[in-house]
Amino acid sequence: MTPKTELDRRSFLKATLLTGGALLIGTNLPFTSRAEERFGIEAEPAAEFHPNAFIKIAPDGKVTVVVGQAEMGQGVLTSLPMIVADELEVDWKDVTFEHGPPGAAFINPALGGQITGGSASIRGLFDPLRKAAAATREMLVTAAAQQWSVPVEQLRVRNGEVFHPTSRRTAKYGTLLAAASKVTPPTAPKLKDAKDFKFIGKNVKRLDTPEKVNGSGIFGMDIKVPGMLTATIMRSPVIGGKVKTFDDSAAKAVKGVRHVVQLESGIAIVADNYWSAKKGRDALNVVWDEGKMASVSSDKLYQADVAAAATAKGIEAKKIGDIAAGKAKAAKTIESVYWAPFLAHATMEPMNATADVKADRCEVWSGIQAQMVVQQMVAKELSMPPEKVTVNNTLLGGGFGRRLGEYVIDAVKLSKSVGKPVKVVWTREDDMHGDFYRPSAYNKMSAGIDAAGKPVFWQHRIVSPSIMATLGPGLFGFAPPPDRLDDTSTEGASNLPYDMQNLYVDWVRTDPGVPVGFWRSVGSSHTAFSTECFLDELAFEAKKDPLAFRLSLLEKHPRHAGVLKLAAEKAGWYKPAPKGIFRGIAVHESFASYVAQVAEVSVDKKTGKVKVHRIVCAIDCGQVVNPDTVAAQMESCIIFGLTAAFYGEITVKNGRIEQRNFYDYKMLRMNETPKIETYIVPSTEKHGGVGEPGTPPTAPAVVNAIFAATGKRVRSLPIKPADLREVA
Amino acid sequence: MTKLSVNRKQYEVDDDLDTPLLWVIRDSIGLTGTKYGCGVAQCGSCTIHVDGHAKRSCVTPMKAAVGKEITTIEGVSPDSTHALQKAWIAADVPQCGYCQSGQIMSAAILLKENKRPTDADIDSAMSGIICRCGTYPRIREAIKQAAINGGGK
Repeated sequence: MTPKTELDRRSFLKATLLTGGALLIGTNLPFTSRAEERFGIEAEPAAEFHPNAFIKIAPDGKVTVVVGQAEMGQGVLTSLPMIVADELEVDWKDVTFEHGPPGAAFINPALGGQITGGSASIRGLFDPLRKAAAATREMLVTAAAQQWSVPVEQLRVRNGEVFHPTSRRTAKYGTLLAAASKVTPPTAPKLKDAKDFKFIGKNVKRLDTPEKVNGSGIFGMDIKVPGMLTATIMRSPVIGGKVKTFDDSAAKAVKGVRHVVQLESGIAIVADNYWSAKKGRDALNVVWDEGKMASVSSDKLYQADVAAAATAKGIEAKKIGDIAAGKAKAAKTIESVYWAPFLAHATMEPMNATADVKADRCEVWSGIQAQMVVQQMVAKELSMPPEKVTVNNTLLGGGFGRRLGEYVIDAVKLSKSVGKPVKVVWTREDDMHGDFYRPSAYNKMSAGIDAAGKPVFWQHRIVSPSIMATLGPGLFGFAPPPDRLDDTSTEGASNLPYDMQNLYVDWVRTDPGVPVGFWRSVGSSHTAFSTECFLDELAFEAKKDPLAFRLSLLEKHPRHAGVLKLAAEKAGWYKPAPKGIFRGIAVHESFASYVAQVAEVSVDKKTGKVKVHRIVCAIDCGQVVNPDTVAAQMESCIIFGLTAAFYGEITVKNGRIEQRNFYDYKMLRMNETPKIETYIVPSTEKHGGVGEPGTPPTAPAVVNAIFAATGKRVRSLPIKPADLREVA
Repeated sequence: MTKLSVNRKQYEVDDDLDTPLLWVIRDSIGLTGTKYGCGVAQCGSCTIHVDGHAKRSCVTPMKAAVGKEITTIEGVSPDSTHALQKAWIAADVPQCGYCQSGQIMSAAILLKENKRPTDADIDSAMSGIICRCGTYPRIREAIKQAAINGGGK
């Protein structure tokens, strides 16, 4: 294990459990690449200047930015290099990227681990990358000053060269590398003034687009290693089931099948190629010990949630004032139950990983959101020191919180077992059945208003399984105790921004046996739905405009109010909508960004079918690095949110996940995609995230618009057209 | 051995004739730009052209392409200069990028058959291809731009 493990785990938990990932941990990032010192990564050509873990400069002036974060579509392979290029003062055409190895230098200080998640890449790495680039720039300038025997103060930098205005001498960075490498890295380099930013805040084209339009980009699925075999694994159809007996005689007779290996997870067919492995697997005959989950079904789980909500003792997440006193003041009280189901990630690229285990070392290739964790898991599996485990990260064909990396272990076990490199490929059905699902959330809510329509109390109980209880042991070495709050269950509800005078939010932890995990926007993916829809109910009871009602309760939260006003203005909230079209609004803060959305919908009275015509989105994410990426992420988040709102539902029957593929776990398609407009609030505030915060407001904005259209409240997702039909 | 022509190059493979083209192209021929997404013709990530028609390679047996010309994303242009590829770059369409080969291969057939597709034409031609990242609005714009730039050629 690496020396920092204990600290990392604690830091991560501190960040996630206590603050929902928003806390900055005061980790000092080393400027020297400890990753390389420790892990013995291949030596760079001597001519290349590699002043720190993040930056390499070649003699031709080309700058390679080593990105230790995973690229899953959110744009880190561009946004992080932009930060470096700006501070280093180089031409964008000279900038390229490289996927970074696991290493302490790549720990995101916002998370305390080398984890790509929590919409935290820019939030955590903006400052460290700027400092690294500024230090590099100063080393180059010092090298030129020494060569020309002039004071460094007289030198300037521009477009990848140092120049001396007085003597008109210039030196390209590429000519200064040897001299710069002898300069001691400055510990407190001077950063550029924000007004001089050349790239930060501008639309910059993504560096990874070219390889994604000609088929050359390499995802985990595309890895090919000499001598590699390909495996698929037949896993228990029932969650947690084990192999009782199996007959592999027909499987072994399939052309190309080389090995049949029993793993803890199931029976692996290892073959020359995927199709042989798949055919071999189809020929397997396995008898399963289905285990205790065989009697579990969604309806029973729901009934258990209802009972728990009524009787269980909750864990307090937030308390303001006194609920009883608030209730005494209420002229009107309303109660509702909101339900959000389990959801699958359904990344377009099903899980996969390749491993090559040798006697004294191991190399793995996969798309991973948590490279250091994987390195440690593999090291533990093989009883090797972590530095003997090389982890090569590829492009991720979607992540959304799914690709933390546990799927690497089966490839490691198989490679060790058969003595050759092995790629494990999950089928779409494997992926649908083997996910760590977005937890279901049963929400018991009540609130009251006084005679003037002003809220006097808000009570919210969330009943859901704990993500950290599922993922903690494997990823971080321990689970939170049962009496402790897992903030990922209540984030977005416990920090309700509206002035309710008296508020109480608590959580009842359930253990349905269904594995749960981080799903794009985590707790906010369901708390925005419950809180923003219930607030709309309250506005209706108070006979107030939903926007005006929100604004009246947000005096202490100007950034929430700001995005609400911007979205409303751009959507034309105060003007009548076109005939047949109705509007709904929602706002939510997550990952330090504030997002409001106005949805415009129409509902077919006969069929109950909802058409979303337009979504207007306003985001305040503090200082922006690449506005076009922010817009792209809002489009992505909204479509992700619409898919969940209209289609997303994972159900269990007799311990089996019922959905199998895209025909019964549907995705929004192009013909259902509304017009999406994104507006960014100009800001110099500290960075907020953009990969997730656009998802939470989408479902409530749509559902609130459906109420405006039909007078019907959708309190259970996904939206069901049958419930919206007008009965004649 | 079976002879196949992929991107105007001749290959000989020893896969069974009923093997889906997807796995012949990826595993035997080694062109990995064509992606596996669902295996049941639901997502379109595996879309290729067989004699100029869009096919879901995950459910198209190899025998259906014998004697025909197969085109994959790698063969759309030698240097990423197809009007669609240029439009995709100009609009920064891809996010994770996994489905984009299928998107471009489908759009190429659309533009071949319809020089100036409307929004409705684009929806009808492209709704078979799932993008989990939600790049649909940009795909739509890029197709329109490519059409203006003569993408049907």
